Amino acid sequence: MIEIAVRHDFTGFSLDAAFRIERGGITALFGPSGAGKTTLINAVAGIFRPRAGRIVVDDRVLLDSASGTFVPPRARHIGYVFQDTRLFPHMSVENNLRFGWRRAAAKASPGEFAHVLDLLGLEPLLARRPAKLSGGEKSRVALGRALLASPRLLLLDEPLAALDAARKAEILPYLERLRDEARLPMIYVTHSLDEVMRLADDLILLKDGRVAAQGRVFDLLPDLEFATAAGVSPAGAVFAATVRAQREDGLTALAFDGGELAVGRLDRPIGSRLRVRLRAEDIMLALEEPRAISANNVLPAIVTGVQPHDANVDVQLLCGGVKLVSRITRASLARLGIAAGTKLFAIVKSVTVDPQM
Amino acid sequence: MLTPDEIQALLLSLKVSLVAVSAALPFALAAALLLARRRFVAKPLIDGALHLPLVLPPVVIGYLLLIALGTRAPVGGWLLAHLGIRFAFSWTGAALASGLITFPFQLRAIRLALEAIDGGLGQAAETLGAGRFDRFVNLTLPLALPGIVAGLITAFAASLGEFGAIITFVSNIPGETRTLPLAIYSALQTPGGEAEAARLSMLSIGLALIGMTLAEFADRRARALVGR
Repeated sequence: MIEIAVRHDFTGFSLDAAFRIERGGITALFGPSGAGKTTLINAVAGIFRPRAGRIVVDDRVLLDSASGTFVPPRARHIGYVFQDTRLFPHMSVENNLRFGWRRAAAKASPGEFAHVLDLLGLEPLLARRPAKLSGGEKSRVALGRALLASPRLLLLDEPLAALDAARKAEILPYLERLRDEARLPMIYVTHSLDEVMRLADDLILLKDGRVAAQGRVFDLLPDLEFATAAGVSPAGAVFAATVRAQREDGLTALAFDGGELAVGRLDRPIGSRLRVRLRAEDIMLALEEPRAISANNVLPAIVTGVQPHDANVDVQLLCGGVKLVSRITRASLARLGIAAGTKLFAIVKSVTVDPQM
Repeated sequence: MLTPDEIQALLLSLKVSLVAVSAALPFALAAALLLARRRFVAKPLIDGALHLPLVLPPVVIGYLLLIALGTRAPVGGWLLAHLGIRFAFSWTGAALASGLITFPFQLRAIRLALEAIDGGLGQAAETLGAGRFDRFVNLTLPLALPGIVAGLITAFAASLGEFGAIITFVSNIPGETRTLPLAIYSALQTPGGEAEAARLSMLSIGLALIGMTLAEFADRRARALVGR
């Protein structure tokens, strides 16, 4: 369990944020630039000492301004992947990786060491100097170096922000594997909603130095209040799904909390887990179950909220345990008489489903 | 080609300069760390004082050393009586004067190198479990190496040419304090010594060239070593 509370006044800006992380996985610290995200994780790492606060990781008090406790960064066992990687330029990749490993209190075994190399594909890079690495390779080495110091908590400060789209696509699978394999709690600073959708389990919205929202990613992203607070469009839906069957008609059936979803052929083994993302504009609504229709997915749902959005409205739905948002026109809303509590059908075309994450 | 006296002057010059820059290095490193890493009120004053040897006439340095460290001066007398160390009229005095005058060259080069090190690297090392001394040995020193080498070589080359402070402080004693520049000066004072002065001057030019080439080479090696 991780408990973080930090207060500090800067000129023209004050940070006053407190939250808890109850489990492993990736917690995204999301917010606009200047919201105080990096300052907050610097305080967690101990490289910034706030005026007041309390930080506890796994029952170990790292900072407690009330009692004057301050554990220096070198004794915190908190890994930090910096945005600019900060690899040591005078050392080979191997020596960079061994730097934290040698100094770790609970040293990873040679087997675990080899496993991290394998997980991040670092083996071919070992002899090289950081100056000879591409941006994506540097990120992977920085990640490996932090992991090999056997941290109790890993902080990642926009690890993908400096990379172009192709390099991002190269790193993301490594981060996903790390999330799915390690029980290590991670705090992932980002201002990219895409990265949140793809990677994070939990989400903390930081605005002007305050925690504006906190919750599960699947709950918050299709939440109209959250979307307003975060200043983003609500996601149609983001949820976890499992490949159930490869259908004879060429589609792939996914099982999720609200039933079954047919999507275009996915070459993934049955039982494999993935995330599905729907756009609010791609979800249609019908009061009666349509019969002769090209769309493959007709999901029964109930309206939980309606929020105007310019000439349109965002309709929030609950489909089984999954939140959906459908964006329709005000005219449609009036014509169908949709309000909170209305039972209807959400229609999703297979071709609009984005399961590539 | 060279007379025994000239060879003696050459070897003495090399010895004096080598000892001068080696002895000054730890002090230059400490002063550079102080100026590059610490903030304190008297910093501009200390900074200025440490660079004084660069702007003061060398004769003044020699004179100050003479009144402080002469055998009858308080400090010099105490050192001689209690520790048996004598600077006056000795090659060690020449090394001290040279080291003092070329100190700012080392200080400046090392300080620039230290200031060029990304402070973020130290933070990264801290989060990986490295303490202060650990970071100094494994990050700061190797990353500052090009600056340290450049400072050493520049100071060594400058030290070879030191004249005013040496002749004022420890005089011009053949085999003891007569380094190359003093030997050239002496040759010019002697009737018929022009040829010797010319030979020694050529030698000085050659040494300077070798020094600069070595500096360039060492700098490249050191930079490759720290991955710049």
